[in-house]
Amino acid sequence: MKRHLISAADLSRDDALLILDTAEELAQVADRPIRKLPTLRGRTVVNLFYEDSTRTRISFEAAAKRLSADVINFSAKGSSVAKGESLKDTALTLEAMGSDAVVIRHPASGAPHRLAGWVRGSVVNAGDGTHEHPTQALLDAFTMRRRLGRIDGLRVTIVGDVLHSRVARSNVLLLHTLGAEVTLVAPPTLLPVAVSAWPCEVSYDLSGTLPKSDVVMMLRVQAERMSAAYFPTVREYSRRYGLDAERMALLPDHAIVMHPGPMNRGVEIAAEVADSPRSTIVEQVANGVSVRMAVLYLLLSGAGPALDEIGTGSPAATEAEIAEVAR
Amino acid sequence: MTGAGQNGASQNRASQTWLIRGIRRAGGPPADLILSGGRIADAGPGLSAPPGAQVLDAAGLIALPGLVDLHTHLREPGREDAETVETGTRAAALGGYTAVHAMANTDPVADTAGVVEQIWRLGREAGVCDVRPVGAVTVGLGGAQLAELGAMADSAARVRVFSDDGRCVSDAALMRRALEYVKAFDGVVAQHAQEPRLTDGAQMNEGEVSGLLGLSGWPAVAEEAIIARDCLLAAHVGSALHVCHVSTAGSVEILRWAKAKGWRVTAEVTPHHLLLTDELAASYDPVFKVNPPLRTRADVEALRAALADGTIDCVATDHAPHPAEDKETEWQAAAFGMTGLETSLRVVHAAMVETGLLDWAGVADRMSVRPAAIGQLNGSAAASGSDGPGGTAPLHGCPLEPGAPANLVLYDPAARSIVDPAQQASRSRNTPFAGLDLPGQVVATFLRGTPTVLDGKLTR
Repeated sequence: MKRHLISAADLSRDDALLILDTAEELAQVADRPIRKLPTLRGRTVVNLFYEDSTRTRISFEAAAKRLSADVINFSAKGSSVAKGESLKDTALTLEAMGSDAVVIRHPASGAPHRLAGWVRGSVVNAGDGTHEHPTQALLDAFTMRRRLGRIDGLRVTIVGDVLHSRVARSNVLLLHTLGAEVTLVAPPTLLPVAVSAWPCEVSYDLSGTLPKSDVVMMLRVQAERMSAAYFPTVREYSRRYGLDAERMALLPDHAIVMHPGPMNRGVEIAAEVADSPRSTIVEQVANGVSVRMAVLYLLLSGAGPALDEIGTGSPAATEAEIAEVAR
Repeated sequence: MTGAGQNGASQNRASQTWLIRGIRRAGGPPADLILSGGRIADAGPGLSAPPGAQVLDAAGLIALPGLVDLHTHLREPGREDAETVETGTRAAALGGYTAVHAMANTDPVADTAGVVEQIWRLGREAGVCDVRPVGAVTVGLGGAQLAELGAMADSAARVRVFSDDGRCVSDAALMRRALEYVKAFDGVVAQHAQEPRLTDGAQMNEGEVSGLLGLSGWPAVAEEAIIARDCLLAAHVGSALHVCHVSTAGSVEILRWAKAKGWRVTAEVTPHHLLLTDELAASYDPVFKVNPPLRTRADVEALRAALADGTIDCVATDHAPHPAEDKETEWQAAAFGMTGLETSLRVVHAAMVETGLLDWAGVADRMSVRPAAIGQLNGSAAASGSDGPGGTAPLHGCPLEPGAPANLVLYDPAARSIVDPAQQASRSRNTPFAGLDLPGQVVATFLRGTPTVLDGKLTR
């Protein structure tokens, strides 16, 4: 695996499967009475968040803490561009404090890429602008595999504002790597002009695509897209591209409904769909912690299989040690 | 390379006499050149050295008329941390330039006779390269009200090129009036073609790469739509339009059509658009962030072909220096622009000569003769100024024949080296060519018979 996780394209098929398998092992920790492993004891993980994203920050924080890393939360919202400290100076500050990994969320596409040039530790992209959000794609893949038993050959339909969605970019890349067949459904205004070069299909017809979908992933629609004339009204968007109970009935029986959150109930997804048994939305949140644990573990302690060290009481993580840390 | 010693203080240099031996003028057969009294005194094989002449053995070197840049950002006044007239003209001399047009987007904006005269005067004081100020088309580059174009034209700076560069004169009625108004003094409006409504927040060329990188797209149509409109406006009012930094294959087609109609439309292309593509943005390194953005390989090929066949008249650098802190940021937060004065001839050598698209006579035409004509520096216009030293007109872009002003660059086409920003004279380091192995080397630059560069180094 590479030293950083900035794009889902950084992951080979083997890398991605290793992360998912490791996450599967680590998920078992959540079921133990003591949910903490000593694996990253003495390591420092910085959460550098230039955007409000409580759910992603908490997910990374929980992941790092369950691996016993020290966590520093650095909320730098508003200080990124015109005023305050530059990203480079912040990077040098973190470097001086001795961080082993920086988890960065930033409104500018490519900010994690720049950061990686300025720090020695690993950089994990927790969402950059309209570029990528690779751990979201990993947790989505993890969720699909748990629910449907495989990813290879799955037909995944991603619906909504693909143009501005970092979740869509990372999912298309990762799911392609893992052998799924992806179809993007959106109004033409919300697709990149050169989307035909992406490794996926494109459709403007949600109802026609649903019967051929094993997974349907609904993306959040930002209200400000309407004022920029990407679509005429929220109601029209919802009628053409929203998932309500009637449309959900077009899905095959085994199909699942995903959403990266936060949802706009009544816009891209109806309440009865979000709360239906097909919905994996709450599971996705829980799976996020396991996947982020796996990413931090693999980036910070080398590429070996996690199981030997953490699962079955190897010298690195005896039950006694776990008890000690927990105390 | 220089066979003779220096003979004293720089003020004596104007009266220096030089014999340049074995030089190939515009790549032609080797001959000798005698420079005297600021002019080319004689040219031909086997000339003997006049008394007191300094002799320069130029075997293997090519002489071109001193290069003329229609598009330079010297940043003074206002952003002296990025560049000054002095540092920018030193960079220009090292690149082989004897005249540069200083763009108007300074602070304060060059939209009055006072500011353009200040810039013109700073150029004369620096003394290594003629500075021709460009006047703003609209007050403060605001795009709302015409600046006092006539006052700038009549000032000591004798402005003939007007541009709101960096901003597009997007209001069609205002653009029409500007084109019409400058006819009274043989001016030309140089348009930065960018439809603002199509490029809100734009970061890079809109295409396959922007989609993957999640950077807002700057579509080719935003340039092409303005160029098409402006060509039609220029034709309607019978005025001269110059199109800045053409960057797309579609723009080339529109220009070819407008020229075929016989309309007075000229255009420039930058060295970076002749060599680099938008794939470089994948590094997210803002040294590759520029406006208009780097485009695709197909666009590069079309621009090269257009420069070769004359559809695009000339090369202009759009030299846009920025301090490190404006580039060592996230892509989105970084300033647009690249430096170019010190590398342009070498880039054109790589993109146009090594590819067989242009010979050296063609390079002389596209980098000196034609830009000088567009900027009215070649003496062809009726209203030529008389602001050169000693009352001589500031002529540039003249073929290297006896009687012509001794503005020339000596270039070694056999040299090759890696571009090192630390070695450059510009105050800024934002060259996209850093680390690139480029052909050629500017050996000497002469401004009215005085060497500003010798042995590849500034003479003062």
